[in-house]
Amino acid sequence: MAATALKEQLNGLVNSMFAEGLLDEQFQQLQMLQDGSNPGFVAEVVTLFCEDSERILTELTKLMDQALVDYSKVDAYVHQLKGSSSSVGAQNVKLACIQFRQFCEENNKEGCVRALNVVKHEYYRLRSKFETMLQLESRIQAYENKQQN
Amino acid sequence: MVAGAAAAGGRRRWWLNRTAMVVVWVVVSVGIWVGLHWYIRTVSMRKAEEALESMCEERARMLQDQFAVSVNHVHALAILVSTFHYRKQPSAIDQETFAYYTAKTAFERPLLNGVAYAQRVVHAERGKFESQQGWTIKTMKQEPSPVQDEYAPVIFSQKTVSYIEALDMMSGEEDRENILRARATGKAVLTNPFRLLGSNHLGVVLTFPVYRAGLPADATVAQRVEATAGYLGGAFDVESLVENLLRQLAGNQDIMVNVYDVTNTSEPLIMYGPQNPDGYMPLSHVSMLDFGDPFRKHQMMCRYSQKPPIPLSAITTPSGVFVICMLAGYILYAAWNRYDNVKEDCRKMEELKVQAEAADVAKSQFLATVSHEIRTPMNGVLGMLDMLLDTDLNLTQKDYAQTAQICGKALIALINEVLDRAKIEAGKLEIEAVPFELRSILDDVLSLFSSKSREKGIELAVFVSHKVPEIVTGDPGRFRQIITNLVGNSVKFTERGHIFVQVHLIENANKVMDAKVDTDLNGCLSDMMVPSDGTFNTLSGLEAADRRNSWENFKLLVSNEMPQSDKCKNGMPCGMNSGNVTLMVSVEDTGIGIPLQAQDRVFTPFMQADSSTSRNYGGTGIGLSISKCLVELMGGQINFISRPNVGSTFTFTAIFQRCKKSAGGDPKRTLSESLPTGFKGMKAFLVDARPVRSAVTKYHLQRLGITVEVASTIKMALNALSGQNGCLRSGKRPYILLIEKDSWTPGMDVYLHDQLLEWKQCGQIPEVPKVILLVTSESDKAKAGSFVDTVIMKPLRASTVAACLQHALGMGKQQRKEMPNGSAFLHSLLAGKNILVVDDNKVNLRVAAGALKKYGAKVECAESGKDALSLLQLPHNFDACFMDVQMPEMDGFEATRQIRLMESKANEEVKCGETYEGSERAEWHLPILAMTADVIQATYEECMKCGMDGYVSKPFEEQQLYQAVAKFLVSKPNSDL
Repeated sequence: MAATALKEQLNGLVNSMFAEGLLDEQFQQLQMLQDGSNPGFVAEVVTLFCEDSERILTELTKLMDQALVDYSKVDAYVHQLKGSSSSVGAQNVKLACIQFRQFCEENNKEGCVRALNVVKHEYYRLRSKFETMLQLESRIQAYENKQQN
Repeated sequence: MVAGAAAAGGRRRWWLNRTAMVVVWVVVSVGIWVGLHWYIRTVSMRKAEEALESMCEERARMLQDQFAVSVNHVHALAILVSTFHYRKQPSAIDQETFAYYTAKTAFERPLLNGVAYAQRVVHAERGKFESQQGWTIKTMKQEPSPVQDEYAPVIFSQKTVSYIEALDMMSGEEDRENILRARATGKAVLTNPFRLLGSNHLGVVLTFPVYRAGLPADATVAQRVEATAGYLGGAFDVESLVENLLRQLAGNQDIMVNVYDVTNTSEPLIMYGPQNPDGYMPLSHVSMLDFGDPFRKHQMMCRYSQKPPIPLSAITTPSGVFVICMLAGYILYAAWNRYDNVKEDCRKMEELKVQAEAADVAKSQFLATVSHEIRTPMNGVLGMLDMLLDTDLNLTQKDYAQTAQICGKALIALINEVLDRAKIEAGKLEIEAVPFELRSILDDVLSLFSSKSREKGIELAVFVSHKVPEIVTGDPGRFRQIITNLVGNSVKFTERGHIFVQVHLIENANKVMDAKVDTDLNGCLSDMMVPSDGTFNTLSGLEAADRRNSWENFKLLVSNEMPQSDKCKNGMPCGMNSGNVTLMVSVEDTGIGIPLQAQDRVFTPFMQADSSTSRNYGGTGIGLSISKCLVELMGGQINFISRPNVGSTFTFTAIFQRCKKSAGGDPKRTLSESLPTGFKGMKAFLVDARPVRSAVTKYHLQRLGITVEVASTIKMALNALSGQNGCLRSGKRPYILLIEKDSWTPGMDVYLHDQLLEWKQCGQIPEVPKVILLVTSESDKAKAGSFVDTVIMKPLRASTVAACLQHALGMGKQQRKEMPNGSAFLHSLLAGKNILVVDDNKVNLRVAAGALKKYGAKVECAESGKDALSLLQLPHNFDACFMDVQMPEMDGFEATRQIRLMESKANEEVKCGETYEGSERAEWHLPILAMTADVIQATYEECMKCGMDGYVSKPFEEQQLYQAVAKFLVSKPNSDL
């Protein structure tokens, strides 16, 4: 019973994330990829994404703090972030990244700083949801394991 | 700027050049004028000179002749005197006789004033002579002569000159000299010209000696002097002589004549003419005159009285030539100018053309870019709508969402069309050449439109000639696009009747057409006659626009190919052996047709029959123009026959390659589905009153391997069945009875059912055949009743027929599995394959690996181009590689280049005989697919350039992944499916 409740909770969470535009169909694809053969796939990917993103965001913050911003570097990082976010289906982050890259191309520092903030904001919003989601999943996993035992 | 200045400079120089040319031309023309003028004047001058010469000579001769005549006569007188005065004793002549005679013969000497005879008297005889004559000798001055050695007193004289009688001729200077010369030479001599006594005209005196008889012919001067008896003389009045002469000749007023005595050349003495010659001096001619006196020389000088006039032609001819030259020059100039203008215009046009072309290219690029940009968000919109539809919606919301989705799909379709069109215009569209199964493509197209056709209740059918190979090489996507377009149009514009797609080999179709024409010529007007029951022999019984597609033709086509059909199925070469297959595809409908006035712009983009069409039926009208372009790209032609309110038939040809079995492995892997094979050898009975429709049904059943017999009514079918049952068929197979809805009348079903049951009970047939009803619309389904085992909805497709039969015959399950869907197919392709995924982005890497693993592939990951290279050191056992394009250090392009370099080295070594251990492949070529987020033309070209085999978009889409992978991977037939 608890497992089904948790699952419902998880579904509700994911649905709300879709509804808010945090995620897109790519995330569904990811979910579809997860099956018996690799149970922790989504969790793995999401964790990877979070680690990667945090690293990139730290780098970006550093770069933007400098007096002379190396836009090519910034662009490369943003591109990476965009790639990983689109793979995960983190739609809002991806869109923010696209915006960011445009400012980058214009060498618009103010815009870049603003865009970085947007990206961060979106990312943190997503991360908190992801964290909840991962917790739920791990609890479901634990229940299932328990039942099996 | 510099170029412009140079051009301007060039132009200025050119203008200078032209001005110079004009000036030169005018100068040359003037030169020609002057030259010509001078020439003509010279010629006319020479002519005048010649005329003058001839006139002068003529005058001189005449003068000379007349003079000679007079001299001769004087000579005769001399002889007269010598004869009658000296031979007769006494003299027969006296003054009176002489005067009389000379007066009478004066007409003989018109030039002589008169003649006189002077006797030679020596001084010794003077007295005697004077006494004899009765007068004394006088000098010219009428004085008595002084004493002289000798005298020459005139004794006889003509009356006209009687005043010189008794004058001593020797006393005049001129006369004396004359006398002396005359008697010395014995010839007539002349004096210098002098003013004659009496007339005061200029004249000369002619003197003739008279000798006494006995003078020998070769006498010396002394002897002559000794023998001289006297002298006969006459005065020539040269002035009147010449005047007379000139008066006799015409044109005398034009000519001035002077006659000179030029005995003393330094001081010519004038004999006639004015002392100071006037008239036109530069032109004159001198003729020599011979008056018979060798001592004296005379000459005649003639000249024109005035300058000969310049001939008119000397002015007009050069002027004419000048005008012609000027005109010619002007023409050249104008032509040159015109040429220049035209060249300039042409250059401008050229520029404009370049601009226009650039604009066109820009337009196409813009279209392509914009369409692409629109497509991306539209996909998002559509995806969201899809998801929205999956959620809990109330009816209204669902309706809104569905409408939005339909609109979105229409928009995407339109954008795709525009993109296609732009691609075609930009020349970027390329026709693929992959093996594909034509019949299944047609089935797919049919299934696309099946719901619409069912809704409208129109027959939709496809028929592919048996001669058309199962698999041809070409561009299935584009072929499908054309057919979809045409059928889509037909469906849109057809409310009743049928839509019929036929595919034939063009050779066959042409043969039949020829045969048809022959029969028509033979007077068989079957085509032109409206059948008595008002139905036509077409698929639905309605009239079709292109009568050539009627049943008669169709029958011919079908019957023509029957004998060879088996051979074709066995994969044997049939018909033409050449590599190309030209197919003729026709799409016939019984729709509203195309208005006559719109028929010529059907293939123009964005052109529909009229503006109301788009209101009523929607669409942009771009489809047909794209179809035309595509057909032309495939090496074919498209045209149509349409009759308003009857229907349209679009026919196009396309050239495909025959698929060689040996090449390219098993072409079946490109098929989305293959037909079940469980029906081979079954028999079916078809009840259909319409031959065309039955042929189509037969075609589909035959594809499943079912042999078909046809009857036009149920009764006939039953008769046939019972008849056949007598001949003990192999009853093992379930017998299928297919009935067309038209033949399915109420009441008939019960009859049929009863009959069949009865037969079964009697043991005539082993089991009741399955009765299957063929219907076109949902409403027909209701008619089926309880005696029908199953209903097949049209349009017929081999696969739907197969599915229905399986259902009816209860043999479904195990075979249904044979129809894999896309993901299952991907699974079969990728299962067990070793695939390397290269991406610097861990998340992407993980996702891609996960996706590929899901399809059963064994995936290895590399996080950079360098890692990938080290993993791909030969020999390796990867089957494919997915490579991210943008990576730090070494991007996907560079990595691919290096891999290809490595491979080509290895391949060369293999060729040289060194083989890697364990390498079984003849050549190394790892399929490398690019993974990229932005799928634009440039990236694609770059991919191809550096040796990649294709690309997939990131994140993976199943369909695209499948398409990309299917080209390179051969599915393992024994995969764990």
